Amino acid sequence: MSHTTDQPSVGLFVTCLADMFRPSVAFATVKLLEAAGCRVEVPERQTCCGQPAFNSGDRKTTQDIAKTTIEAFEGFQYVVGPSGSCIGMLHHYPELFSEDDPWFARAEALKKRAFEITSFLTDVVQFEQIEAQFNGSITYHDSCSGLRELGIKKQPRQLLSKVKDLSLTEMEESETCCGFGGTFCVKYPDISNRMVSNKTQNISASGADTLVGGDLGCLLNMAGKLKREGKPVQARHVVEILAGMTDTPAIGEAEYDLGKAL
Amino acid sequence: MQIHSPEFKENARIALHNEPLQAALGQFKFGFPVNRARAIANLPEFETLRDHARDLKNHIIQNLDIYLEQFEQQVTANGGHVHWCSTAEDARQAILDICQHVGAKTVTKGKSMVSEEINLNDYLEANGIEPVETDLGEYILQLRGDHPSHIIAPAIHLNVDDVADTFHEHHHRPRSDDPQTLMKEAREVLRKKFVSADVGITGANFLVAETGSTIIVTNEGNGDLTQTLPKTHIVISSIEKVVPNLEDMSLFLRLLARSSTGQEFTVYNTLSTGPRRPDDQDGPENFHVVLVDNGRSDMVGTDFQDMLRCIRCAACMNHCPVYGAVGGHSYGWVYPGPMGSVLTPQMIGIDKSAHLPNASTACGKCQEVCPVRIPLPKLMRHWREKEFEQHLTPSTVRWGLAGWAFFAKRPALYRWLARSSAWFMRRMAGKKGRISKLPMAGGWTDWREMPAPQGATFMDQWKKRQSGDQS
Ligand code: SF4
Repeated sequence: MSHTTDQPSVGLFVTCLADMFRPSVAFATVKLLEAAGCRVEVPERQTCCGQPAFNSGDRKTTQDIAKTTIEAFEGFQYVVGPSGSCIGMLHHYPELFSEDDPWFARAEALKKRAFEITSFLTDVVQFEQIEAQFNGSITYHDSCSGLRELGIKKQPRQLLSKVKDLSLTEMEESETCCGFGGTFCVKYPDISNRMVSNKTQNISASGADTLVGGDLGCLLNMAGKLKREGKPVQARHVVEILAGMTDTPAIGEAEYDLGKAL
Repeated sequence: MQIHSPEFKENARIALHNEPLQAALGQFKFGFPVNRARAIANLPEFETLRDHARDLKNHIIQNLDIYLEQFEQQVTANGGHVHWCSTAEDARQAILDICQHVGAKTVTKGKSMVSEEINLNDYLEANGIEPVETDLGEYILQLRGDHPSHIIAPAIHLNVDDVADTFHEHHHRPRSDDPQTLMKEAREVLRKKFVSADVGITGANFLVAETGSTIIVTNEGNGDLTQTLPKTHIVISSIEKVVPNLEDMSLFLRLLARSSTGQEFTVYNTLSTGPRRPDDQDGPENFHVVLVDNGRSDMVGTDFQDMLRCIRCAACMNHCPVYGAVGGHSYGWVYPGPMGSVLTPQMIGIDKSAHLPNASTACGKCQEVCPVRIPLPKLMRHWREKEFEQHLTPSTVRWGLAGWAFFAKRPALYRWLARSSAWFMRRMAGKKGRISKLPMAGGWTDWREMPAPQGATFMDQWKKRQSGDQS
């Protein structure tokens, strides 16, 4: 691989869920970034963005994890990840330090360089050459943190509109929380269940055959519920579609679910 | 009101299985939120007004003492009296004293959440004074021995049948389930009370420092009768309701009506400025304002100061998916929904109300609609920090967190944890792409499948790919 110096250097923030559950999401992100002319590296020293600690009120642990992340990504022009929620968390880092703490400036610097993938492709590098094809109708769930903390709404739609043969049908209440909420879904399971049930109802009612979103947490939650309800809707992360990497089984499915084993 | 916030989880579980309640809540989201959206679409400067309102409120909070003193001077100059009450108990006592001083037997009441906060009705009753709620919703609740489940639509958890039964039982008239008939019935009963009441108690949406006026906004007009017919009018208000002048008040009124019910303006906007003057045609002879602090001034200068901007419009709960699932009573005290999840811990203690700021996905919808831009999710998180600092967080959560954090701070170990978890879950899933029952994750798998990991972690695959590239 030859690198030219005018290529934007991007540190990939993998996110725990992509790392563990769905590496194809991280590979799709790399593919898109490279197609957009970026030089992508994956810093070894990254772990989690720290949300579990942040949302549980454990400020000290959150600070420690934030420092690990800040250090891991110093030196990259950009930090890009396939999650509005985790990148949104990186944007919270400055709140963790007082303004006279040297970490505050470092956190601010990270915040300025950290982007969710669809927003990076559209707002930062104005990448338009999506060369994917997807045979099917999709509906898009706007995950809360991406939507409200980072203003991600039109970016994924703009990119998806370039995918050949794809049709997008909006569901009712696409901006309403799916009930995942990190630890919320296991701390308050029956409330979470009500929220995700409302969501799967709206997903089905849209008539789309694939649910698409930008955050794996929400997608695991909704896909898990769709499967439990026996609904035939598949779920995929938006980057899989944009990168044309839809030959892997959808979320919560195995090869034979797709009939390939037959 | 008794505190049931520690039982939030159980309350919520019961609420989720209460079918009439669920039917009511299911309708709810098609009402206020839809009307609000329409109203703000017709007001292009809405976002600018929100900024002004936020800034103005911040200014007021910084100068709370100055505006409150100005308000008191004006009330006094108009011939009224101001009572400063730092606790709920002080406020109850002040009101009882006024009532007893004028020999009151019956008091009519307009809708006031502060009176719920200080538990006024029970106190008056215990002292031989009959309080009569005159807001239709509050009246129904009072007959039922119930409490508001919403700050502007107190009886939203009830349906017409509930009301028909209640009226039939208490009014001793033939049962009707026609809303118009029920309304007429309530009106007839309440008319008599309005005329015979010795004291009228109302809340206040705002207090105007420059003129010493208080204002209530209602859609029923009951507040007007409550405050003009009896000889004595008591206004009960919390201290943060003060605004500098009438013009500032109108800014908030424009935001309030649109944010809460989606009206451009509430139907009745009634100002009270002191007692009746010699040539006034009506009005009370005595005018009292009971100012309640009850922990609010303690919030100034803390992480929770922003909460004092709240104008009680209810937009946050109208749009909250958790409120929409469990209703207001689940929160277990006076103030439900996101604003309650911030305010309640301040008033009854985080030890008794820790569930409230935790039972949120931090989806941010409340902040998105709050007319004074209160960062409600952030404030809820601050309460979680207080909970954690005070070691109130359940030990399972603390230990789980500590265990996870140990790995999350050590990248190499974290790789190992991800690798083994992925491996384990793959095993559990077998040939299926998902797991139906996962030990220690019942919260998840009781309700949904757990999608299985694809295989090796990304970090492992990436490493392999990189070394492959180089070889
Ligand atoms: S917190 Fe905001 S949205 Fe909620 S009641 Fe108060 S002003 Fe209205």
